[in-house]
Amino acid sequence: MPLQEQIAQFLATGVTEGCVYALVALGFTIIFNSTGIVNFAQGEFVMVGAMLGVTFSGLGLPLPLVVLLSTLGAALVAVGLERLAIRPLRDAPILILIFVTIAASLAFGGSAKLIWGPNAIPMEPFSGGTPIRVAGAAIRPQDLWIVGMSIVAVTLLQLFFKHTLTGRAMRAAASNRIAARLVGINTSTMAMIGFALSGAISGLAGVVFAPNKFASYSMGTPLAVKGFCGAILGGLGNGIGAVVGGIVLGVLENLAAGLVSSNYKDAITLVVMLLVLFVRPTGLLGKKDTGRGL
Amino acid sequence: MCPKAKLLVLIVALLVVALLAGCPKPAEQVDEGAGQIHPEGPQLEPTGDPIKIGAIFSVTGPSAPLGEPEKLTAEMLAEQINSAGGVLGRPVEVIVKDDKSEPTEAALAAKDLINTEKVVAIIGPSTTPTTMAIVDICEQANIPLISCAAGAPITNPVKKWVFAVPQTDIIAVAKIIDYLKAKKITKVASIYVSNGYGESGQKQIEEQLPAAGIELVTSESFGGEDTDMTAQVTRIKGKNPEAVICWGTNPGPATVARNMQTLGLDVPLLQSHGVANAKFIELAGDAANGVMLPAGRLIVESEIAADDKQKEVLSRYATDYTAKSGKPVDTFGGHAFDAFHILCDAIAAAGNTEAAAVRDAIEATKEFVGTAGIFTYTPEDHNGLTKDAFVWVKIVDGKWKLAEDEINS
Repeated sequence: MPLQEQIAQFLATGVTEGCVYALVALGFTIIFNSTGIVNFAQGEFVMVGAMLGVTFSGLGLPLPLVVLLSTLGAALVAVGLERLAIRPLRDAPILILIFVTIAASLAFGGSAKLIWGPNAIPMEPFSGGTPIRVAGAAIRPQDLWIVGMSIVAVTLLQLFFKHTLTGRAMRAAASNRIAARLVGINTSTMAMIGFALSGAISGLAGVVFAPNKFASYSMGTPLAVKGFCGAILGGLGNGIGAVVGGIVLGVLENLAAGLVSSNYKDAITLVVMLLVLFVRPTGLLGKKDTGRGL
Repeated sequence: MCPKAKLLVLIVALLVVALLAGCPKPAEQVDEGAGQIHPEGPQLEPTGDPIKIGAIFSVTGPSAPLGEPEKLTAEMLAEQINSAGGVLGRPVEVIVKDDKSEPTEAALAAKDLINTEKVVAIIGPSTTPTTMAIVDICEQANIPLISCAAGAPITNPVKKWVFAVPQTDIIAVAKIIDYLKAKKITKVASIYVSNGYGESGQKQIEEQLPAAGIELVTSESFGGEDTDMTAQVTRIKGKNPEAVICWGTNPGPATVARNMQTLGLDVPLLQSHGVANAKFIELAGDAANGVMLPAGRLIVESEIAADDKQKEVLSRYATDYTAKSGKPVDTFGGHAFDAFHILCDAIAAAGNTEAAAVRDAIEATKEFVGTAGIFTYTPEDHNGLTKDAFVWVKIVDGKWKLAEDEINS
């Protein structure tokens, strides 16, 4: 396998993995913008999506329904977290709320272990496993699903934030909560919608990603770390930045593992991220005032 | 209720949920020892204080596919031995601790077993990293340990109080070299999980392959939690090896098999005996077919010839285990079988439960026919097995098949 084909493969895998990081990063961003919280339970929404996907497809439901139900399920879990744990504490300091999300993350992971057991569970790919060859790189049909669904999700969110009243109200609330309240925006409802969207997008990432990886109760935390890195890399609070940051992280990781050494896969990624932050503390796309919103 | 009190209640409730979820079910932690189980046969009721045997297995966490059958086996055997009169006329009580696949948890469990439960000896833990975490503890406390993990560092160099029952990676790599030589394969790539098990196997590969005149063209690693090895497999493909050796325990090796299939790397994939359980086939799916590995005779028990010395033990354990659990027999459960019986035989031979006497009796074990092989411990060899403990198995149509003939064809 010549080097350029290898690089094509690293890029293809990197973009696919990056898309998942991007969706998780975007989930972080939406919640951060609508509540000011860094939600450490973000990865658990992905896990819930993946687990529900495995369960529903195991029941023999048709694929669109599996994806829809898993996405909705994760959104519901997110709304539940907001209603039961975040909202009652809305006057507490942000730090307390972040602790609550850490507790929630443990609770979700632990509950999933009780429900689905400790083992990894495989899931059938959406449309077969025969890879397609592009420029020497083997691309699984599932990879195309992941990239395609990510594009659809990001586009829909973009349209929602730019062109609907609710979306614009959310951006207003993100940019200045007090001013938004003064003009009659219910910021508490906006926070709930934020959690719902964030849960949905992470759940979607989980269900489209499950066939490539395995679903397991412990899959959430590593993804939360990667997604958070992606969000930081792109500039926390910047939606487009989160997507770019996630994809850059995925590509970087695979190039590092492939071209340098797989022993230093994670280390190289983190070092690059630190360097970016030293040089540009606001992240790749961050400005001084990020303007919030997507 | 005022908002503040509500808030407090909520925080407490959340914490409780988190704690509950984070902790294993109590049933997994406290003893489920057979001491409480009433033996069915009335003829030989064991009496007196129970002999306490500690067991540490990875009942939950990533290594749960190993720990679960081990726990089940240990409990089943305690039940059996007690209904047959116990050991030294006393009942045997197995105290099973779950290390959650974490070395730190294993260390805590070992200290607890030694200091609080005052066990005679410990069997387990399930994996090399968890075993290495308690080796020093057992050495210092002078408590015999019979590990169910295969990493070479456990018994090489020999430690006075530490024994192991699985075939080590030293003899596994030697067995793999037999295959490579028979197939005239001279260029090999390796990929291993970056933990104690994988690194120990990799060390053997690096030492033994060049000595056998086989070139190791590249070595890649992956993390225990990694779920995509495309980058590593791509690198391997770039070096055009004639075979790939993968060293790890699930789920990583299953991902390697799947990624190799996706990338069209169509060379023999030789796995270590760390994946010799049904979970590997389930996870790797279609990609599992054609995978070969040196494994103990247990997973191909039904195909073993009737005149094989191990046949009787294998069939007996397979029948009992399936009757008890409703699941097919499992290599790792077999390790618990071997460890438990070697220990009980040693206690019987020692005639008492003094740690030093039991240790000496374990070391004197000769030609014990177990599930992994025929054990003969010596002061220089605390693993007690040879290459003969392995047979080649191949996955055909999602099932283990004996493939000893393949090497000669």
